[in-house]
Amino acid sequence: MTNPQDAQVISRRDFLARAAKASATIAATGVVGYWLHDRIGPKAQTVTDLVSLPDFSLPRVGPKMSIITGAERVRTINRGFAALGGIEQFIKKGDRVLLKVNAAFASPPALGATAHPQLVAEVIRLCYQAGADSVAVSDNPINDPQSCFLLTGIAEAVQTAGARLVLPQEHYFKPTTVRDGTLIKNWPLLYEPFRGVNKLIGIAPVKDHHRSGASMSMKNWYGLMGGRRNTFHQDIHNIIKELAMLVSPTLVILDGTTTMMSNGPTGGSFDDLKQTNTMIVSTDQVAADAFGATLLGKNAANLPFIAKAASAGRGTADYESLKPARDHVD
Amino acid sequence: MNIITVRRISQIFFFVLFIWFCIVSSFGEKWWQWRGWPVNWILQLDPLVALGTLLATRTLYAGLAWALLTVVLTVVLGRFFCGWLCPFGTIHQFFGWIGRREKKFAERVAANRYRPAQVIKYYLLIGLLTAAAGDVFADFFHVARQWPTIPGLVFAIGLAAFSFLAIRKVVPNLKKAVGVLMVLVGAWLAVGMFLHPEALFGVSLQIGWLDPIPLIHRSVNLVLLPIGDAAMGTLSTSPRFYVGAWTIGAVFLAAVLLNFLVPRFYCRFICPLGALFAVLSRPSLWRVGKREGKCADCELCENNCEGACEPFEKIRSSECLLCMNCLDACKQTQMTYSTARSAAGEVSGPGISRRGFIISAVAGVTGVPMLRLSGLLGANWQPRVVRPPGALAEEQFLERCLKCGQCMRVCPTNVIQPAMAEAGLEGLWTPMLNFRVGTSGCQLNCVACGHICPTAAIRPLILDEKLGRNEFASAGPIRMGLAFVDRSRCLPWAMDKPCIVCQENCPVSPKAIYVQEKFSTVRDGVLTVKNATPTSVEVGGAALTPGQFATGDYFCKPANGGDEERRQIVECTANAVTIAAAKPWRAAPAAGSRVEIQVHLQQPNVDPRVCTGCGICEHECPVSGLRAIRVTAENETRNRKHSLLL
Repeated sequence: MTNPQDAQVISRRDFLARAAKASATIAATGVVGYWLHDRIGPKAQTVTDLVSLPDFSLPRVGPKMSIITGAERVRTINRGFAALGGIEQFIKKGDRVLLKVNAAFASPPALGATAHPQLVAEVIRLCYQAGADSVAVSDNPINDPQSCFLLTGIAEAVQTAGARLVLPQEHYFKPTTVRDGTLIKNWPLLYEPFRGVNKLIGIAPVKDHHRSGASMSMKNWYGLMGGRRNTFHQDIHNIIKELAMLVSPTLVILDGTTTMMSNGPTGGSFDDLKQTNTMIVSTDQVAADAFGATLLGKNAANLPFIAKAASAGRGTADYESLKPARDHVD
Repeated sequence: MNIITVRRISQIFFFVLFIWFCIVSSFGEKWWQWRGWPVNWILQLDPLVALGTLLATRTLYAGLAWALLTVVLTVVLGRFFCGWLCPFGTIHQFFGWIGRREKKFAERVAANRYRPAQVIKYYLLIGLLTAAAGDVFADFFHVARQWPTIPGLVFAIGLAAFSFLAIRKVVPNLKKAVGVLMVLVGAWLAVGMFLHPEALFGVSLQIGWLDPIPLIHRSVNLVLLPIGDAAMGTLSTSPRFYVGAWTIGAVFLAAVLLNFLVPRFYCRFICPLGALFAVLSRPSLWRVGKREGKCADCELCENNCEGACEPFEKIRSSECLLCMNCLDACKQTQMTYSTARSAAGEVSGPGISRRGFIISAVAGVTGVPMLRLSGLLGANWQPRVVRPPGALAEEQFLERCLKCGQCMRVCPTNVIQPAMAEAGLEGLWTPMLNFRVGTSGCQLNCVACGHICPTAAIRPLILDEKLGRNEFASAGPIRMGLAFVDRSRCLPWAMDKPCIVCQENCPVSPKAIYVQEKFSTVRDGVLTVKNATPTSVEVGGAALTPGQFATGDYFCKPANGGDEERRQIVECTANAVTIAAAKPWRAAPAAGSRVEIQVHLQQPNVDPRVCTGCGICEHECPVSGLRAIRVTAENETRNRKHSLLL
């Protein structure tokens, strides 16, 4: 038996305080539960915030092309621009320029698998000379990005020439969809380097490519893709077409000073290279690639992606119709 | 300046230096990247690393000679490394300090009492060193086989010495002493003569598990830095991954948290390096001790004693870390660091028992052959363990690898990963290549791992040797393994889909991956012609998906036509395909006849003469789960027995 005198006496104050705390806890639990209650559960994945690239081409200039022969890149690129009326035709005072170089592989510049640092440096210099406010250089390479830019000599060229190197980081990619496309849908695009940019120049070497036949200006845009982009190799010609639909550059520079004739697109030996001494500057990426094919001993008809890009309205495979300015510099 | 302040400055200096070395172990050309920074210096100062590799390989590799400096200083000064330099010790001291801040004096003194379990670290040291010393034991018994007179000589000398000592009454029982000598020499002879000592012992360098310097390197390199840098992206533009890093983190975290139980728990009970220093410091010229035997008995000296060496009573010199807290605490300036032994007496020696010594030595010696019963060094070698370029053959590799993670830290592509179970217990946390992790496979023009490896478990290759160029042309490139195409998963082999991403990315010239061309009739690809023109075919029956066959990879040919009749499809609607106008049919297929739709495939194959096992193909393979091309260690250069070539 419990002695009633031993029973704890509840003080009114204590009881009320505890009752208040208890009801507050119950109320808070109820409110939070009600507030966060989700009757349906998660929906299927939806993609929001699609980005798209602006049109960097200059309708005022129209399709133009120059083909300069010579072994010295600095000289041929200067002559190439001069033949089109000077770089000032494309780059104006205050422009913010992005150079999309091909830095796909961590191999030295002499092996010709990547954009040549001399050429990159000279183009940066020319942009600044034309009054550009800023020049950035970027790519999402296949091998390790830091090593690629380091070993190709591009990082050093960019630094020396006073431009900014943008290495890809995960949060730099935003999903994009190509209008009228079938392959590039909600696909991660290397978007960050494009912020604030109003001119885009592609710089790529001419290379053999076993799957597509050739890797040139249009294939160079592959380096703007993120994700497991290699799955697109199943439909290589259409993906190159869609890349050309995705990107409307101010101009492209196709470097055929040395052409990788075999073992592409990595190369790895001087035996894979041929001295073809040609520099192409073109506002029409399809025409540039159609001409580039000839340096590989091919023609546009051998490369289905050229016809596809042309019929998608991205340029012409008949580069002669642009009446390219031809010249030679020693 | 107060001695404590000086000690703290030293500890902070070496800790910051250590962290700095970890930070600058980044691949690159900037001043804060690995450009000649002596990033292995603290590992090289570690005499346990030096002694372990010395026993295992009987050489002292390059910078490991720095350990001689530590040994000399320890012999003169005592365990300065533990109290003044060791970055792991500094962490323990810091957390020990946090743990005891709120504690009462009596509790602190109790926490800093010597515990008999502190002897465990010596047993660990003995076990780890004997495991590494298998070849030394083998040689010892080999002597008995090769020159049996030597044991005889030893017996004779021993007999003479014991007799002399017995006459001088130093040895009380000559009979017993000679008996023991006879048994030992007899065993030496018997094992040497009748057994195969080489088969009896194995060499396994396992000090890296517990040696604090490899441990802290591993923990910072593979756990703390990747987490710390993930948000900043300064050291690496893409986040770093390390397989099973949580096991490394768990050991580190446990070691740190144990300081709340007992300050410097790891140092007092576990650290085999500390145990080695304790042994080395026995004759030290300077030591901590009391000036006079009697003092005020205030026990202030034990309030913050880091080593639990009981300076208040007979100081246990082997446990003293030279933290100097007792010097600072003693109000009577009783405590001193001088050449004299403590006036209150010393407990010299670590207090290991003969029985414990024998048990741990036997455990170390027999542990290695026991682990090797798995046959991982022989028939049961693990092909998944693809070692970095220049790694020694597995047996020699295990004689050197510290599991410090330096190679994994410096690797620019993050492809070098700690092994978990793949390489056996001996190979835990040793480097292996995981081609799914990281930004690329092993980069062709990179030899960073071998140049950072502090013990040459991965040899420092020059690029010419790695690539098999110039003077190394006849040897060929260093092969880490070989790529195998899994034809049941490969798109062109298994699913009639064009791909060859692997071939494209193969970095060697000529490419190790080559293709065989094939035209394969697609599923439901035999169609009945309804109508045909010179450049198109209208088909009946099954409707086509518009555009499906217009990718440039599809061809159309009469069902019974030869190869020369095959035409590339350029357009495809729901019921018709168009072929290239440049090459029309010679004779358009007749209505009612059949045509086949074929896909042009390039099916990859690997040439084992050229493949280096760099794994770039595996990294790039679009079959992103279990890859359709995978590198295993077959054909690796480091073991001729794994060769596939004749």
